[in-house]
Amino acid sequence: MLDTDFFRRWMTATAAAVDREAERLTALDSPIGDADHGSNLQRGFTAVVATLEKEAPGTPGTVLVLAGRQLISTVGGASGPLYGTLLRRTGKALGEAAEVGEEQFADALRAGVDAVMALGGAAPGDKTMVDALVPAVDALGDSFTAAGAAAEQGAEATTALQARKGRASYLGERSIGHQDPGATSSALLIAALLEAAEDSGASGE
Amino acid sequence: MSDGRDSQDPAEQLVGIVLVSHSAAVASSVAELAKGLVGGGATAPVAPAGGTEDGGLGTSAELVAAAAAAVDRGAGVAVLTDLGSAVLTVKALLAEGDELPARTRLVDAPFVEGAVAAVVTASAGADLAAVEAAAGEAYAYRKE
Repeated sequence: MLDTDFFRRWMTATAAAVDREAERLTALDSPIGDADHGSNLQRGFTAVVATLEKEAPGTPGTVLVLAGRQLISTVGGASGPLYGTLLRRTGKALGEAAEVGEEQFADALRAGVDAVMALGGAAPGDKTMVDALVPAVDALGDSFTAAGAAAEQGAEATTALQARKGRASYLGERSIGHQDPGATSSALLIAALLEAAEDSGASGE
Repeated sequence: MSDGRDSQDPAEQLVGIVLVSHSAAVASSVAELAKGLVGGGATAPVAPAGGTEDGGLGTSAELVAAAAAAVDRGAGVAVLTDLGSAVLTVKALLAEGDELPARTRLVDAPFVEGAVAAVVTASAGADLAAVEAAAGEAYAYRKE
């Protein structure tokens, strides 16, 4: 079972990963975006960690709803409402439970990913965060390790794709050959699930 | 307006307009332009929500929510946006449910032309649906 602490650790581990990779995310966002993805997400997840410490939400669902709301408020770029919607909708799908099963979490995260696709209008293959998140959710039933690997592969596979959403889509064919920054940060978010599970010695596997 | 509405009627409140751009200068300039084209009589409440809170390029959910609250007179609020995070932030706030005044709509319209159409129409006392329609019709204005 996954408890409130697991979800708090997930957010903390994501914030640490975003800190660690911020320069790389911004570098990926330079040729095809506006070179702010790393710093935007860093600001957002720093605020998420601060607000979780301050408000100490008591259920898995409220951890994610609060985190999502904070991202929408603080990021300043398109990744704010997109990641915010992902976490908030996932949190709402978890309901009021004090602990959730891994299968229930996988279903909730799928609802979150569906909400991201509805908000941004992106489908798999459009060279967006969806290309990491959809395979990750598909593999989440197996293990966090499998989900992390699927997200990483999905992110790497965006290099060959032509962008069809967001600012990168203005570049047309010139967007090919660059890994998508949003898919890359999505892979960090999914990889942080395993870290959160390992930190407690909880299963998750 | 030809529909017989009288904006002098104290019971008749004007629709508010919020203009969301990545740039504070663009949002406030378009607001100024639209208000300047209203002519005589009442002018609908218009508020720009441009850029991030620290003055950079981007979108601030806080500035959007504050602008919407500032122009809400109870007749609804029409929000026009430029692109990308401006659109997504407003949509995410609307999905949140309680972040924006009741009867707030994201209007699908070109930013400058739509803002002028929305502010002129709202200032004439049109309701939210009519303001939204007028702004959307600005897409049909060709320049070739």
